[in-house]
Amino acid sequence: MTTTEIAAPRSPRTRGNGTNWEKWGWLYMRVSGVVLVVLIFGHLFVNLWQGTGVSAINFAFVAGKWADPFWKWWDVTMLWLALIHGGNGMRTIVNDYARGRTTRGILKIAILAAVALLIILGTLVVFTFDPCLGNPSSDALIQMCAAK
Amino acid sequence: MATATAEKPPAAADAVPSFTVTLIIRRFDPEVDEEPRWQDFDVELYGTDRVLDALHKIKWEQDGSLTFRRSCAHGICGSDAMRINGRNRLACKTLIKDLDITKPIYVEAIKGLPLEKDLVVDMEPFFESFREVQPFLQANSTPGNGKERVQSVADRARFDDTTKCILCAACTSSCPVFWTDGQYFGPAAIVNAHRFIFDSRDDQAKVRLDILNDKEGVWRCRTTFNCSEACPRGIQVTQAIAEVKSAIMRGKP
Repeated sequence: MTTTEIAAPRSPRTRGNGTNWEKWGWLYMRVSGVVLVVLIFGHLFVNLWQGTGVSAINFAFVAGKWADPFWKWWDVTMLWLALIHGGNGMRTIVNDYARGRTTRGILKIAILAAVALLIILGTLVVFTFDPCLGNPSSDALIQMCAAK
Repeated sequence: MATATAEKPPAAADAVPSFTVTLIIRRFDPEVDEEPRWQDFDVELYGTDRVLDALHKIKWEQDGSLTFRRSCAHGICGSDAMRINGRNRLACKTLIKDLDITKPIYVEAIKGLPLEKDLVVDMEPFFESFREVQPFLQANSTPGNGKERVQSVADRARFDDTTKCILCAACTSSCPVFWTDGQYFGPAAIVNAHRFIFDSRDDQAKVRLDILNDKEGVWRCRTTFNCSEACPRGIQVTQAIAEVKSAIMRGKP
């Protein structure tokens, strides 16, 4: 009599070697999560609530904010923490659900590329931002650019 | 059944109403079946009966080939963990009266472990993770001559919850991370590591914390609380795992 073998749902355990990044990844998620709560709600409050609220947002508003190093660093910190937080979360989901080494590898490289690209672009924009590019849209901006 | 009851002289035992319950059981016979199939059985039961009694009735009166594990039948040995209506429970601790009998009761083997026959799974991967956390006392001290190792009530209470584990695998086989093709230790192994990590008489907590600080160790826990919900002994499994996580962060229990 032949017997049908149902394949084991698990693959054999392999012990990793070297530094255990999972621990630090886990800790990063907690720490960055707490910091991001402050950063994001602060960001939302300043942009959408304070003063005249959401109607105040335009090119000049952003330019005004980024004239101040405080807001530059605020936004850059938020950018890095949030992207790495999100990327790490996506990586965890891929580890949990993607089957097969190749699929997992491709997905993780795609996540890494997206995170790296957005971080580089975002950082570049924040620190090389020039309010006088294009058409200055408000009087204050025109005066400021003229003074340069 | 009802007429038979009426003919007998009235007695208290006969007054207990019985009812027909439909059980749909996921069967798999490796010698015949290509893959598992669902089969339904009608059983006459009392509200005080348990799912295990229903399985017994089927095995003894209807289909002797139905295969399942059970030993003590009283919720201590941990043999008869199975998936009843989509939730991991012990068949011997699930009363029929607690289930909705207007609908059929679905019974299947626990998930995530290799299916062997009907409700029986290969528990080896589960026990392998269990063995890997060194679930035995390793003390450097020797107790006084003819004496025991003394432990205060508070020290004993520290790990009391995790001593209740009966290794039924209900928690581990309810864990979505364990279901995936990963090699996660699973909640039961971490619970049993917790039992010794926080035991004041044990001296090898560091070794166990190192084992669990693995890529497939506690960090794969997603805090979904499936394990705490599944545990038939009411162990706060997710909390135990969280305590092991923070012990790893501190580097000591």
